[in-house]
Amino acid sequence: VVLKNSITVMESSAKQETQPKPRLIVRLGVFLASHHILFSVICCSAGIIALLLLPSLAKNTYLSENALIPGSANPLFSTEDAIEANRFMKGIEAVAGDSIGGIDMAKFIAQQIEDMGAEVCYHKFLPHSKHFHPLKFFTSMSKDMAIQPNGTDTNFGINTIGIIRAPRGDGKEAIVLVTPYNSQRVHSNELLSLALGFSVFSLLSRAAWLSKDIVWVSADSQFGEYASVSAWLNQYHNPVFLSHSVISDTKIYGADHIYDGNTEKGEFKAFKRAGTMAAALIFKVGQTRRYGDRDSVTMYAEASNGQMPNLDLLNVVHYLAVHRQGFRVNIAAFSSLLSSAWLRVISEFFHTLGTVLRKINPDWKLDIAVPDYVEGTANLANSIYNQALGVPTGSHGAFRDYQVDAVSLEFSPTFNVRNENAKSLFLLRGGRLVEGVVRSVNNLLEKFHQSFFLYFLTAPSKFISVGVYMIPFALLLAPLPIVAAALADGRKTMEKLAEKSIDDNKANGSAGFLQSKGGSWKWLQAAKVLFVIQLWAVLVSLLPYYITQIPGATPMQSAVIWAMLSIVILIALYVMFGSPYSAGVEWKLLKATMITSISIGLGLMSIINFATAQLGALIVIPMCLFSRPLKARSGMNFLPRAVLLASNITLAALGFPPAALLILKGLSKGSWTVAVGDFWVWMEFLWEWSSATYLYLFLVHLPCWLLCIHVLLHPCRQAESKMKQE
Amino acid sequence: MARPPPPAGPILFPSLLLPFLIATAAAASAAANEEFTEELLLRPLPDRKALAHFYFRSSAPPAASIGRHHHLFPKAISQLVKKYHISELELSFTQGRWNYEQWGGFDPMSTSNAKPPGVELWAVFDLPLSEIDATWKNLTHTLSGLFCASINFLESSTSFSAPRWGFKLNEGNLRYGALPREAVCTENLTPWLKLLPCRDKAGIASLLYRPSIYKGYYHSQKLKLRSSQSLGIILDQTLTVVLQPNTISGKQVQSNHGQLQPSWSMRHLFNRKLSEKCFVSKSSRIFIEVDKGIVDKVNKSGSDLSWNNEFFVLSNGPDRLIKDLNNLEVQSSSIYEYDVSNYTEENPFDVGITWKLPLIWSCTPSPFHASRFLMGSGNERGSIALSFMSTNLHKKKFGSTNDCSIKAVIFQIVPWYVKVYYHSLEIFINGNQKPVSEVVDKIHVTPSEDKLLPGTLEMVLRFPCSMQSATLTLDFDKGFLHIDEYPPDANQGFDIPSALVSFPEFTSARNYPEIDPLLGSPLLENFQEDSVVKSYTEVLLVPLTTPDFSMPYNVITFTCTVLALYFGSLLNALRRRIGEEERELKKTGKLIIEFLFLENSNPHLTSLNSTAVTRHGLIPQLLAKLRGQKVDPTELGSSSESIGSKKLLFKVVFVAVAAVLFHYFSTNS
Repeated sequence: VVLKNSITVMESSAKQETQPKPRLIVRLGVFLASHHILFSVICCSAGIIALLLLPSLAKNTYLSENALIPGSANPLFSTEDAIEANRFMKGIEAVAGDSIGGIDMAKFIAQQIEDMGAEVCYHKFLPHSKHFHPLKFFTSMSKDMAIQPNGTDTNFGINTIGIIRAPRGDGKEAIVLVTPYNSQRVHSNELLSLALGFSVFSLLSRAAWLSKDIVWVSADSQFGEYASVSAWLNQYHNPVFLSHSVISDTKIYGADHIYDGNTEKGEFKAFKRAGTMAAALIFKVGQTRRYGDRDSVTMYAEASNGQMPNLDLLNVVHYLAVHRQGFRVNIAAFSSLLSSAWLRVISEFFHTLGTVLRKINPDWKLDIAVPDYVEGTANLANSIYNQALGVPTGSHGAFRDYQVDAVSLEFSPTFNVRNENAKSLFLLRGGRLVEGVVRSVNNLLEKFHQSFFLYFLTAPSKFISVGVYMIPFALLLAPLPIVAAALADGRKTMEKLAEKSIDDNKANGSAGFLQSKGGSWKWLQAAKVLFVIQLWAVLVSLLPYYITQIPGATPMQSAVIWAMLSIVILIALYVMFGSPYSAGVEWKLLKATMITSISIGLGLMSIINFATAQLGALIVIPMCLFSRPLKARSGMNFLPRAVLLASNITLAALGFPPAALLILKGLSKGSWTVAVGDFWVWMEFLWEWSSATYLYLFLVHLPCWLLCIHVLLHPCRQAESKMKQE
Repeated sequence: MARPPPPAGPILFPSLLLPFLIATAAAASAAANEEFTEELLLRPLPDRKALAHFYFRSSAPPAASIGRHHHLFPKAISQLVKKYHISELELSFTQGRWNYEQWGGFDPMSTSNAKPPGVELWAVFDLPLSEIDATWKNLTHTLSGLFCASINFLESSTSFSAPRWGFKLNEGNLRYGALPREAVCTENLTPWLKLLPCRDKAGIASLLYRPSIYKGYYHSQKLKLRSSQSLGIILDQTLTVVLQPNTISGKQVQSNHGQLQPSWSMRHLFNRKLSEKCFVSKSSRIFIEVDKGIVDKVNKSGSDLSWNNEFFVLSNGPDRLIKDLNNLEVQSSSIYEYDVSNYTEENPFDVGITWKLPLIWSCTPSPFHASRFLMGSGNERGSIALSFMSTNLHKKKFGSTNDCSIKAVIFQIVPWYVKVYYHSLEIFINGNQKPVSEVVDKIHVTPSEDKLLPGTLEMVLRFPCSMQSATLTLDFDKGFLHIDEYPPDANQGFDIPSALVSFPEFTSARNYPEIDPLLGSPLLENFQEDSVVKSYTEVLLVPLTTPDFSMPYNVITFTCTVLALYFGSLLNALRRRIGEEERELKKTGKLIIEFLFLENSNPHLTSLNSTAVTRHGLIPQLLAKLRGQKVDPTELGSSSESIGSKKLLFKVVFVAVAAVLFHYFSTNS
């Protein structure tokens, strides 16, 4: 293609040699604009092919930071610690059986920590109320003050926090370990994860090699794992000093007072802090599996708005889990893709292509095995999807909001809970893994900065860095400015041609001549339409704030109200500013404006959340490029025209946000039915997590879709009517 | 030393002997005045650890009486004192944090020997104010050479400050600096030991077995100098370590209650035996101190506080029991004293404590537990918060009067790249915001200047006694550093040195009425001095924006590309004249046509122009022909051109395919 292009460029340059030479870049632009259809087809297909090639372009991960040296020290976690964990588990099981609320468990954990000689404190928090704050991701978290339980609330969660001060450390930095458990409905595997956390913590309290403090948070996840950790982090970073009075304070902190144990002081336990957090590790024991030969660990890393922890942290976990403790490491995948037939066909095609290419140049290693490709694609799809959604996949997301690298590990053991031997073995290996990760992070002198922050994972040990995954997006985005320029320019040249040929063919030329009277300011009309639609989109995106105020509305009612209000606003805006067709905007100009706005929107979104922009580009760009009025006359035959019409309509249908929801649901869960209310629930989910995807959907995607519909339904009357006038 | 080099031969002997003779003579005259004492204080701590405090004092009489030579006193120090006119100096190297809650915050040990992590140096000069800064710089370099540490980083004006009253009352001749990141190890201990007359070869210093003292939880070596015309020079060297005694069972048991405290002895703690005293020392003593908590418990149980009581037993009977009586004549702590001068290598000295009953006690805390932390996140701004938690000490001290107030002095240095907005000071007492004027008695702020001065905050606060908790917050912006100013490992973040909080109304002086003032124990004298209760807060780590240091190449290439594009287009736009170019183009076209025409029509002229043709060569000719063809569009037109380009295209594609196929088959075979 490049060759062809260059040759044609040469040709065209040869052509223009006689005329005063314009600049090369201008000539290139003019040339591309004149071939914009070919160019956009080539670019878009290249973009999609590059996207499909991503799993074969994935590189193996490697440790960038030499200070980590994972696995270089022998683990100290011994069978004695596993016994300690078992003892702890028996104790907490007894407590959990007796207690009704969660306070007894917190007390038990605190007592154990205190006996160990470490510092302990409680943190009480309330569940997060659902707020509509779509712009929250812009403002820093410091604006968001900690919520403190006030006296009237009885329903609160208690996190128990243990802190080990490093014996010879200076206390500037800390490593955080988190084990979530639900204090209201106690589950045996959650107790097992608490026991694992406790045994690691007790080992670390005896470690002489610590240089960073260790904070162990046993997070009460009765309101969700994320809520507890984020409440604690908020209190840690943005505490509120204003309270009503100490007397009421002690009342509120009743739970803190319950526990005075043997301390004669009786002072209430103040919130305790360690230094700046270096990294956080969240681990929990999931459901035991019956199948599978090895215990496995699943890593979750996606935080809000596509942010990822430093790749080195994942590398350390993966290295220690696989090469030291013999776990199988997984990352979440789209399981429906694993068995899809079309993916297999594509992978076989790429495999054969790869083998051929490899024979040409042995350095091109594109021929990855079919199962690898399929698995890589399933993992990659999940990775892109989770990043694009902008919602954290676990409580590690709360850490990323404070620039702390964090990863969640979910152990899936393969043993029966009653099998004590297997359990001890699992505790031993799990404990050694956590100890090893802590030890590696403890070795760090600087914070994580060496390795990648922008990447997709195709396997636990394979990644695609930003330099590679930008290519498909850039290819998809490249034709947009060219097409916009071509459309805007094409109208002008048409006029010029018309002027030239005015003498020869009066019937055709007069229309163009008349049109050209409008001058080059014609685009202002199109810009006005764009402005009105953007205004509408802003209003629609803000509507949920008012709709959420309606008490007791079901999701379905809310969704219907939302849709109705949006339509009413659109009609009202048209009444105020005039309908887009009444001003006589040409569809080509409208399309050019739309394409310009979408390229700006996608460009901006790619900075905020790349994965969203990538997925959005995949849907929006074909829709934009194909869009053409249904009534437009063309010199095409019936068949191509029908194909064009059909693809137009399908793409426009796919571009409608609820349709996208349906497809996503179908892909991820396999159910192809969707209720009206689901859309509302989905949107609620997005703004609750302050995901930028919500803004993208309503400020970029929706106006683009509406403009597309406008283009499709364009009457194409002006030209004809003017001709008739002639 | 200015003597001419002595000739070889018989004169050598007296020349070698001469300095020796002078030295002995000097020693004879000054021996009465130069003194050295060595002491060690051991103390069990409530959290199952043990504290060891080494105290060495060397003193030299006023300079006039002894001249330039010293018998015992380290010459390096006396030269330093004389050269820089130091009247007071304190240098401490610390690793680990003093645990004010567990190890006490109200005794002489914590007020004068608990130091912030890293290096802390302050000095008072006996010099005119204008010369002090320059002298300080020289002093830091000297000390840095003397102690193998990077104290010279304190030379830059951005790292030291001159507090007036927040740290220590002075007339502007005090300089204070701290390096929180300085690592402390044996390389700093060795030069420190070299200042002792017996080094670590004999005496109490021989207990300093490196593996055991560096294994501890807290390690602080300090050097304190005082010099005046009347006193001479007094050098106090202290080493404070907190060690975890190895229990007999091997495994350390953390639990505090229901279990015996670990029993330990000196041999256990240090892995060394104390065989004999340093012979030049005037006195050599070991003390075992038991806290007020233990004393109270023992007294409550009704038994006598002898060395062998209900709770514990000491392995040796002490030479003396020294009791500390506070103002109300209530015994607070007591010290068992041992004199080690009588022990020899055959009969080494060892003392230890063996617990009989489980005992839980706590040390007296300071009136408020002060801690400091950072708030906010991100690379833009944040806040420093200083929180005070009342330990309700005043109730014990002054009864339960709630209408009194407690004075607290805060001294804080902030590096310039943490731009503190001092006006944003907010004070919350018991959860209510208080106006600053209500709480702050006196405040002195030296604002920071970029790359020149650190910010210094000195503040006197007055807290009501009924206060349970108070928090002070100060907002700051994070600055940007120039790329050269980043220290190594810049991605770790930047340190804010510890703040010092002192409570001038509380003093930690011990009172030993029974002690003989002539006993001459500098350690106990030091304990009896009036020292204000103070505590250091944590060091803070502020993450600042750091450039990607590993990518200077990328930065260079990017900036160069941008610059090249910019200047290229600018030059192009400035000096290009399009109208003229068009004319030129037309002219050359015409010329070529004329030339071709001439060439074809007039063979006589070819000889004239042959030089020009040969000089042009083949390609320009071809080009010229091409141009000539194109100028004449009527006959050949675009059809031949498109055919030509298609041919060219075909050729190129053919060659490419052939190359690929060749490669494919050649690698295949």
